[in-house]
Amino acid sequence: MSNDRGKANREKLIRAIQEYEFAAVELNLYLDNFPRCREALEDYNYITRELNKLKAEYVKNFGPLRNFGEDPSSFPWQWVDEPWPWERGY
Amino acid sequence: MWIYEKKLEIPVNIRSKDLKMAKALFSQYGGPDGELSASLRYLTQRYNMPTGKTKALLTDIGTEEMAHVEIIATMIHQMIRDATPEELKEAGLGGYYAQNGKDLYWVDSEGVPWTAAYIRALGDPVANLMEDMAAEQKARAVYEHLMSMTREPDIIRPLRFLWQREIVHFQRFGEALQHIYDFLDKPHYFHMGKDHP
Repeated sequence: MSNDRGKANREKLIRAIQEYEFAAVELNLYLDNFPRCREALEDYNYITRELNKLKAEYVKNFGPLRNFGEDPSSFPWQWVDEPWPWERGY
Repeated sequence: MWIYEKKLEIPVNIRSKDLKMAKALFSQYGGPDGELSASLRYLTQRYNMPTGKTKALLTDIGTEEMAHVEIIATMIHQMIRDATPEELKEAGLGGYYAQNGKDLYWVDSEGVPWTAAYIRALGDPVANLMEDMAAEQKARAVYEHLMSMTREPDIIRPLRFLWQREIVHFQRFGEALQHIYDFLDKPHYFHMGKDHP
């Protein structure tokens, strides 16, 4: 895989993660106020499963999204890899 | 505890250097109704909330606000990173540059440093939630002012997202306030407690 294609794939995956995670945030805040809403809960659990699949794919190909024991890293320690989220080319 | 996720909540990719807008955006970074104030306000109010639902909501919105701090920081960073000192001076950021370089510092758009006096914690769930609802409305108004000052889509897109989040958070806090009223109305619950004999 060329670097450009790798970068494009990484961006596509990050966008998908952002979309699913946004849905999870929305449902989470709603459920905080309406914990007995079965429909929202089912949506939340579905979104969470899909989000976890996307994140696992990201971590496998591009390194950890989260540190402190949440995601593994291959050698050498990938957490230090650039770009960071606020940087150009992220 | 908190875990950092190495991504933004939404994409931010600002290609144009816009120093005057960057200066204005500091209102939502270190300003009274900015994202830092929001996050710290909710997180510090959560400890004495009387129900699990309201403890959860303040924790979760306070956490989402930290992601918004990061979005605003990213926007300002991208808008000023290629500027020369002369250009920063021209845009009214000369004093800022002298003191902070291009680092992100907790000041508002006029250079006033952030202070805890911007936020309140009253030890009273109704007063706290009312403050939170007012804060969301104030932040919404600031986002509308910011959006009215630019036509750059790369800047407007994240601002519109953050503006929408103020409206959703206001809605959630309103529901939480109603929940607290219902909770306090229950006859077996003596809210004022031992602090108020």
